[in-house]
Amino acid sequence: MDLFEYQARDLFAKHDVPVLAGEVIDTPEAARAATERLGGKSVVKAQVKVGGRGKAGGVKLAATADEAVEHATNILGMDIKGHTVHKVMIAETAPEILEEYYVSFLLDRANRTFLSIASVEGGMEIEEVAATRPEAVAKTPIDANEGVTPQKAREIVEAANFPAEVADKVANVLVTLWKTFIAEDALLVEVNPLAKVASGDVIALDGKVSLDENAEFRQPEHEALQDKDAANPLEAAAKEKNLNYVKLDGEVGIIGNGAGLVMSTLDVVAYAGENHGGVKPANFLDIGGGASAAVMANGLEIILGDPDVKSVFVNVFGGITACDEVANGIVQALKLLEDRGEDVTKPLVVRLDGNNAELGRQILSDANHPLVQRVDTMDGAADKAAELAAAK
Amino acid sequence: MAIFLNKDSKVIVQGMTGATGMKHTKLMLADGTNIVGGVNPRKAGTSVDIDGTEIPVFGTVAEAMEKTGANVSVLFVPPAFAKAAVVEAIDAEIPLAVVITEGIAVHDSAAFYAYAVSQGNKTRIIGPNCPGLITPGQSNAGIIPGDITKPGRIGLVSKSGTLTYQMMYELRDIGFSSAVGIGGDPVIGTTHIDALAAFEADPDTDLIVMIGEIGGDAEERAAAYIQENVTKPVVGYVAGFTAPEGKTMGHAGAIVSGSSGTAQAKKEALEAAGVKVGKTPTETAKLAREILGG
Repeated sequence: MDLFEYQARDLFAKHDVPVLAGEVIDTPEAARAATERLGGKSVVKAQVKVGGRGKAGGVKLAATADEAVEHATNILGMDIKGHTVHKVMIAETAPEILEEYYVSFLLDRANRTFLSIASVEGGMEIEEVAATRPEAVAKTPIDANEGVTPQKAREIVEAANFPAEVADKVANVLVTLWKTFIAEDALLVEVNPLAKVASGDVIALDGKVSLDENAEFRQPEHEALQDKDAANPLEAAAKEKNLNYVKLDGEVGIIGNGAGLVMSTLDVVAYAGENHGGVKPANFLDIGGGASAAVMANGLEIILGDPDVKSVFVNVFGGITACDEVANGIVQALKLLEDRGEDVTKPLVVRLDGNNAELGRQILSDANHPLVQRVDTMDGAADKAAELAAAK
Repeated sequence: MAIFLNKDSKVIVQGMTGATGMKHTKLMLADGTNIVGGVNPRKAGTSVDIDGTEIPVFGTVAEAMEKTGANVSVLFVPPAFAKAAVVEAIDAEIPLAVVITEGIAVHDSAAFYAYAVSQGNKTRIIGPNCPGLITPGQSNAGIIPGDITKPGRIGLVSKSGTLTYQMMYELRDIGFSSAVGIGGDPVIGTTHIDALAAFEADPDTDLIVMIGEIGGDAEERAAAYIQENVTKPVVGYVAGFTAPEGKTMGHAGAIVSGSSGTAQAKKEALEAAGVKVGKTPTETAKLAREILGG
């Protein structure tokens, strides 16, 4: 889960990374009081999870509280690269900036370890620095069990050639930033720029944090950091039912078991769609191993509730789960939805293979539901579902 | 032969006495797996009757190994306790730990992987968030259904459980030497490359099927490895061409970030290394069949 800048700032502050004061608001008028609390001037910063907001006019200096209100009025609701601004941060104005650096910790998947990236050339995208001046970027592996000790922080500072006069301060930022990384179960903590200001201090002026959703069981405070505004309503409804669902922009609703098989199903439907007017998958939905009737009903309800969906492809490989249970689940789910008064009118193509597939297929045939068609191969079923979606 | 697991493997189950552990211990036994014990410190000294087989429960992995000669542990331990359980297995120096658990925090898996390395890599970790591995007709360590396929000469390595089952089913008439589900998490213990190397060295494997998915660059690295080191034919499949950028697709590791981790890049890397890549699981199975048929 990627966080907004203000959320990253709050987490940094919590773990003693030096930051400027700032608060988040969502109405223009609130910018006045917030700016007054900062002594009458502020920086108004759009909160969007995308880079380049400065160029887009999403960051403005306000010399007075009135100006802050004016900027907030303009920035709230602004579209930045497809992201609507719902919140702005009213931040303390930075003292005179002398230099801009870059520091981060992240998960290095390829080497299955953590990695520190540091550069004295901050302020721009680190990928850009790495591409044009790779010698200016210091990458240091961090052992997950040893972490960033003051000595390790020193090593990073030296590897990145930080000037001697800021070495201690940058090392301190690294230790506190690592503390944030560990304590919050982060996948990424990035400070860019880390600014050296006129007083000689170094301050985190902007940051990115990405959190591990698998760690939510021991991070109860992280739930509040979710961006409810941005969530697609169908995704939000699915999450409430503990379904693993991602909304896409096609017409064929997809239900399957197992993340890999569902990803593959999306691809197979997209290929089939090439022969049927370019129809595409409408969603990712993994109902997991034990597809009970209730889970199947919840999944079907979400998918049938998507106005973009024209047909539905249920693709199940019975591994541990037996296909007869899945077939019963589908039949019961349809009945359950009809009993609830849901609008069940979209055609379903069902492919069952694996454990007890024959029994499962028989159950579907016996039920003889007018909306359900059985196709017994994955590629064939995808083609049928695409054809039905294109015909609507 | 086979890779990582065979008829002589003596298997213990950490988390055996939980509901999931019990269910799958029963299934593994039915597949002929030599299960010699369970581990649960609170139930040490007791035993569990599974379909007439008496399975002793030990307090620690070390004790179970000492008493039974166990050399494989399968873990069904909930995410919050998984790190401690894997560390215990590493401390006991069990040669193979198969971590089935889904939902382990990345900081925990990074920590136990780093710990295994620091202890000299005496324990091979498979997973987490994986279906385990099976050597059909000999032993089954995990949750892969044992009745999909028979023993044969194809080696399979996959990030995904259900795609593993699908592929085993498509090629069930030919059969498999071993099938290894390495898991869909960002940090995993055994990689495609580890399995490719083992299959290359396994005299009972004639062809390798490798299944990948979006996220990370494991497939690209595997492609480079194949180019340099694998002489046996490899057939590939990659899932997730239609996955949007920035969205996690079910598996914690299945995410396209910016332009990295795309299915297209993985497919191209594999093809450049001489791997035939199928567009669908069925087409992939067909490619394997063509190669084996001569």
